[in-house]
Amino acid sequence: MALVLNEEQQMLKESAKGFLQETAPVEALRKLRDERDPMGYSRELWEQMAEMGWSGILVDEAYGGLAFGHVGMGQVMEENGRTLTASPLFSTAILGVSLISLAGSDAQKSALLPAIIEGKLVTALAIESGSRHRPAYTGVQASSSGEGYRLSGEKQFVIDGHVAGKLIVSARTSGAEGDQDGISLFLVDAGTAGLEIERVIMADSINSAIVRFKDVEVGADACLGPVDQGFAPLQQVLDIGNVHLAAELLGIAQEVFERTVQYMKERRQYGALIGSYQGLQHRAAHLFSEIELAKSVVIKALQALDEGSDDLRLLVSLAKAKVGEVATLATNEAVQLHGGIGMTDELEIGFFMKRARVAEQVFGDQRFHQGRFAALQGY
Amino acid sequence: MADLETFRTETRAWLEANCPPSQRLPAEDFEDTCWGGTKWRFTNPEQKQWLEVMAERGWTAPEWPTEYGGGGLSREEAKILNQEMARIGARAPLFSMGLSMIGPALLKYGSEEQKRQHIPNIVAGKIWWCQGYSEPNYGSDLAGLQTRAEDKGDHYLINGQKVWTSYANLADWMFCLVRTDPDAAKHAGISLVLFDMNQPGVTVKPIRLISGKSPFCETFLDNVRAEKDQLVGEVNKGWELASYLLTHEREMIGNMGQSTAIVKSLHEQAVEQVGLENGVLADSSLRTDITRWAMDDMAFQLTAERIGDESKAGQGTGAASSMLKYAGTENNKRRHELLLGIYGSQALAWEGEAFKDGQMASQWLRTKGNSIEGGTSEIQLNIISKRILGLGEK
Repeated sequence: MALVLNEEQQMLKESAKGFLQETAPVEALRKLRDERDPMGYSRELWEQMAEMGWSGILVDEAYGGLAFGHVGMGQVMEENGRTLTASPLFSTAILGVSLISLAGSDAQKSALLPAIIEGKLVTALAIESGSRHRPAYTGVQASSSGEGYRLSGEKQFVIDGHVAGKLIVSARTSGAEGDQDGISLFLVDAGTAGLEIERVIMADSINSAIVRFKDVEVGADACLGPVDQGFAPLQQVLDIGNVHLAAELLGIAQEVFERTVQYMKERRQYGALIGSYQGLQHRAAHLFSEIELAKSVVIKALQALDEGSDDLRLLVSLAKAKVGEVATLATNEAVQLHGGIGMTDELEIGFFMKRARVAEQVFGDQRFHQGRFAALQGY
Repeated sequence: MADLETFRTETRAWLEANCPPSQRLPAEDFEDTCWGGTKWRFTNPEQKQWLEVMAERGWTAPEWPTEYGGGGLSREEAKILNQEMARIGARAPLFSMGLSMIGPALLKYGSEEQKRQHIPNIVAGKIWWCQGYSEPNYGSDLAGLQTRAEDKGDHYLINGQKVWTSYANLADWMFCLVRTDPDAAKHAGISLVLFDMNQPGVTVKPIRLISGKSPFCETFLDNVRAEKDQLVGEVNKGWELASYLLTHEREMIGNMGQSTAIVKSLHEQAVEQVGLENGVLADSSLRTDITRWAMDDMAFQLTAERIGDESKAGQGTGAASSMLKYAGTENNKRRHELLLGIYGSQALAWEGEAFKDGQMASQWLRTKGNSIEGGTSEIQLNIISKRILGLGEK
């Protein structure tokens, strides 16, 4: 498979770019932040995205989706990285759709996927028990209760947790924390008794929440997939999520890099454009080289998600770790090369730096994925 | 796509039938990969046989046109051929500057006569080409070169000195940058000429490097003759060709780590030398360093593939060879530093049978030149800054 976009994917990328830059540039995120918007995103914007079909890019045609694939969705995410647009695209159209599609029964898929496509249902994945990514530690115990289950415990870093209609929760039904067996997935409605959701405003101003379960009762039909066997589909969805985060981070890296190079062609010191100084040129050129590497690992991982690959997990961790590293470098260099103005809130560079760090933390940072990359190869 | 699958099946069967056993072993020494030419001594009859059967199909130059002896394969077919060769560990049947540099330049800029004279011999490995570029006072600043070629009617008379000429002692012909107009601006008076090395006036002196023996030579040119019909392209327009050739050279050097790709991976060697503790490499810092290198290496290989695919699809920014040369050579240096970390004092032994006569230390030292030859890393960063990023204006 050639490492290039086909015509349809290219068209989706162009239209996503046009739409996001016109409708929801960084200025829109600044406004949500400054006005302390209670939703943290614009519902109207999400409806427009749904109308364009973005909420159904990964949904099977049988449930009314476009089944356009990960390479296509990855282009939307990359463009989203350039504008930092706040929306449930990641939480719902990527994570929710993928997990429901992989683990859900036909009844669950028929009930939930069309609602997601229409933009009416937002989902949030509640999987982190602490502040560092450890998916086999659930932090929530689920015990049998009547026909169903009773959930107790706490989740952190739940993206879109406070605006979701349904949470998808990993909980321990057997075994000990750290075991991959014995983890089950549950669908929990936002209004369920005993559920406490506390919005957390992260550095990037994008939605997150702490979710507490105090004897939350759910029916047997709340199980997403077989009991005790939730880790495998969860792992697959984490892989999917990580590749799309890498695509978003690639968009961030490219955007700050282009803005920085542009600034180097405008800013004068000592009577010359700062871009004429070799000390700065080489830093920019090195960053260019790193971004070229990042582009390749992202498209390879996206294609592997669509086509399957024996090396899928390796390619996922490669993409997340490498692009995490490159986005960190790109945002750091962007501030340094802008100088004092780069430190100001007025310039948008800071927004990119903050989002890059948060996006990198979601589902494991570069060190986590370096470790996984090594472990997958037996060392 | 069905055609490609047929091509794969047929290629696999043909390689199984035709690639001799010894040519499926990893190439460890210089002699293990054939460079061709009149002075080449085949290490065994199978190396000769492998070159001949591959050359007969044009598969030493898979993508070159069949009319000059090339394989005439599409990029996709050539990729498959590569994959199928890698599958059985087949060595490249031929490695040469003819294939990687002057051949592509002649196909693009050469006259019909030049193509007919030189290309089939390159495909068949009959002539060994060397490159006359750098001079003692003109390295990074190559365009300042001073080797003079005087127009003598039917030929040019060449006087000057070249340096870093790889295998000048074994080569049959040289492609050489010369100054044909000393009064023109420095980029405007350069030409590219071809000449036979087997003539009076060509003196070759090998250069010893920090890594020991080396392929590099100084080449002295005293009243050397190049026929007029061996001028490539137009007179005084040689800098364009030189740039084109440098692009090929950058790609070749950037890819050097790959040509010996069949050796064990770094992490496998590390596990053998250092061992595991609870399933994890016993030296955790080394584990991290190897992982970061392996990720950069994979990303680099994928980037070389992507840039090739993009140019085939008419996409991409072009001018990527500087990036590949920069990233590839810096990675290769890191790889050899890590090998020192993995093998410890063993890697630094300089003499003795047990240590293959210091091969590891010598290879490590040799990689230091990768980011110098073919344009230093800093020159590549300059090129990226100016040509791709458009920086430089004051």
